[in-house]
Amino acid sequence: MTPPRPLYRLDRNDFGILLNILKEKGYLTVGPTRRDGAILYGALESVDDLPIGWTDEQEAGTYRLKCRDDDALFGYNVGPHSWKKYLFPSKTKLWSATKKGSGFEIDRETDTPPKYAFIGVRACELHAIQIQDKVFMGGTYQDPVHAGRRRDCLIIAVNCAQAANTCFCTSMQTGPKVDNGYDIVLTEIIDKARHYFVIEAGSDRGAAIVKKLPVSPVQQTDMDAAAACVENAEKQMGRKVDMTDIKDILTRNYDNKRWAELEKKCLACGNCTMACPTCFCSNVEDITDLGAEHAERWRSWGSCFTMDFSYIHGGSVRPSIGSRYRQWLMHKLATWLDQFGTSGCVGCGRCITWCPVGIDLTEEVKAICDNEEGDPSG
Amino acid sequence: MSQAVHNEYLMYPASFLVLEIWEEISGCFTLTLQPDPVVTTSFAPGQFYMLYIFGHGEVPISVSGDPVETETLTFTVLAVGSVTRKLCSVKAGDTVGLRGPFGNGWPLKLAKGHDVLVIAGGLGLAPLRPVIYHLISHASDYGKITLIYGTRTPDMILFQDELASWDERDDMTVLLTVDSAGSDWYGHVGVVTELIENAGIDPVRTTTMACGPEIMMRFTAYGLIDIGMAASDIYVSMERNMKCALGHCGRCQYGPHFVCKDGPVFAFDQVENLFRVREV
Repeated sequence: MTPPRPLYRLDRNDFGILLNILKEKGYLTVGPTRRDGAILYGALESVDDLPIGWTDEQEAGTYRLKCRDDDALFGYNVGPHSWKKYLFPSKTKLWSATKKGSGFEIDRETDTPPKYAFIGVRACELHAIQIQDKVFMGGTYQDPVHAGRRRDCLIIAVNCAQAANTCFCTSMQTGPKVDNGYDIVLTEIIDKARHYFVIEAGSDRGAAIVKKLPVSPVQQTDMDAAAACVENAEKQMGRKVDMTDIKDILTRNYDNKRWAELEKKCLACGNCTMACPTCFCSNVEDITDLGAEHAERWRSWGSCFTMDFSYIHGGSVRPSIGSRYRQWLMHKLATWLDQFGTSGCVGCGRCITWCPVGIDLTEEVKAICDNEEGDPSG
Repeated sequence: MSQAVHNEYLMYPASFLVLEIWEEISGCFTLTLQPDPVVTTSFAPGQFYMLYIFGHGEVPISVSGDPVETETLTFTVLAVGSVTRKLCSVKAGDTVGLRGPFGNGWPLKLAKGHDVLVIAGGLGLAPLRPVIYHLISHASDYGKITLIYGTRTPDMILFQDELASWDERDDMTVLLTVDSAGSDWYGHVGVVTELIENAGIDPVRTTTMACGPEIMMRFTAYGLIDIGMAASDIYVSMERNMKCALGHCGRCQYGPHFVCKDGPVFAFDQVENLFRVREV
């Protein structure tokens, strides 16, 4: 456990100083920006790049931006992007090779990532990052790309003051309050008279940055206001799902009729897996130039919803869409626990919002739990 | 965090020279490969390598050679896809890439002191051949060895000369069956499970190692359980799509298991619940 560090107040008008300090320290500052009608993660040159005064409305299969009646910097929830786009890039060249005589010579690709500072990481997302840490760095083999990018990455987290209709982090115990793994955490407070942040360092690196900021001591009223923000997010939580014994329940429901209904509904587009901040499966492709002198190996995001994903000679192991949805849900909520000691779901709701036909994970879980059909003995 | 390995050798294909390649049965070739430059290799029976053909791609193939051999590695490959077809058309002197070895291998230590029943279907004999080599060279550690081997037709029987020499051994029985045959076949016709009953298997002191199509392994396992063998004494080797072999690409998932690192060999009681489900 990290010992508690002092809380401070940072005025909204001084937020730009934080970005400047990070830049001076050599960080590439990335965070939420408004682009293509959504809040997407991208480079932050200045505070003005943040979606100031915008919020989002989310429902199953629906996402809309709306103006707020204040100038909040972080007054929205998660969009279609997640931080995995930086830590686990959607396309990576692993190596290249050149033909040499009858053989070949491998040129190892060295990933030279920028030193990232992530601005505006939500509690659920921080859990997702830590889950991917387990996947890529917790086993026998370390993924050099993820490990290299994670090493120097600075995390400036933000406590959610509101929740989307598709949010269910309280059910997954991953939020809305940021609890660990951050360098700095902010709570944005807007009342009639003031617009400021309650700021707290979570690491020595974070403390060194806070020290350089024009902060003032925090009052009890500020702490109360920050706590009220998180409480508000908890109250607004759009969805709830009972995850008690979910692993055992799913494991004995491989034959539940619900999968056949999903077969009719799911388009197998893979949107949920792309938007999911923990989904880590990948494809590997070997390519050559036309002269067959130069070859490359590329890794790209994969999805268990494609036929190709489970292809072995003779055909796909999971030809039906129902079996692919089952694989995805089983993995997220059940087998992930066996593999990595944690659930693969953080309750961010992206898979619900970005499903073009509005399939709702929480609804599917409830339907299966309420209508168990498998042999309870397993 | 557990001991992390930055094993670059396992991420980048190493060059191997093709020393020899010959056709075993129609469309199925055995390749002998030597590291270039020369280094010693070692693998456990049941482990596999990722075989790379420059610019064409990579496929997981189990070693089919003798584990005592440390200068070369031997693989038996059936030409079924674009990479395996290319692998089967290489010539002596060509170079292929190898990553590995990967996976857990067969439970040869646990089987010590037991009789061993090896059951193979089709190309499933290839990953089991290193087991038989090991059992023969460590015969005093094991009881009697029984090989039950089934193929579709007589001309698809692999390693025929070796099968005959193994059958001549006092401590080993080889039983063959085919799904269908012409009038020149005097052996058994039918599925491998039919041979279990009269093979004189002592279910209590036998360890089974089976490799073949999933349906064959399923019927084999239940056939053995029916005669009193414990599910924990029956081992099966699983096959799934595989890209990285390092547990990261997620493709080889079989329920909670990653076939590449938790398998490919599983005790039947570990996977029995999954064997009952379609499309896992």
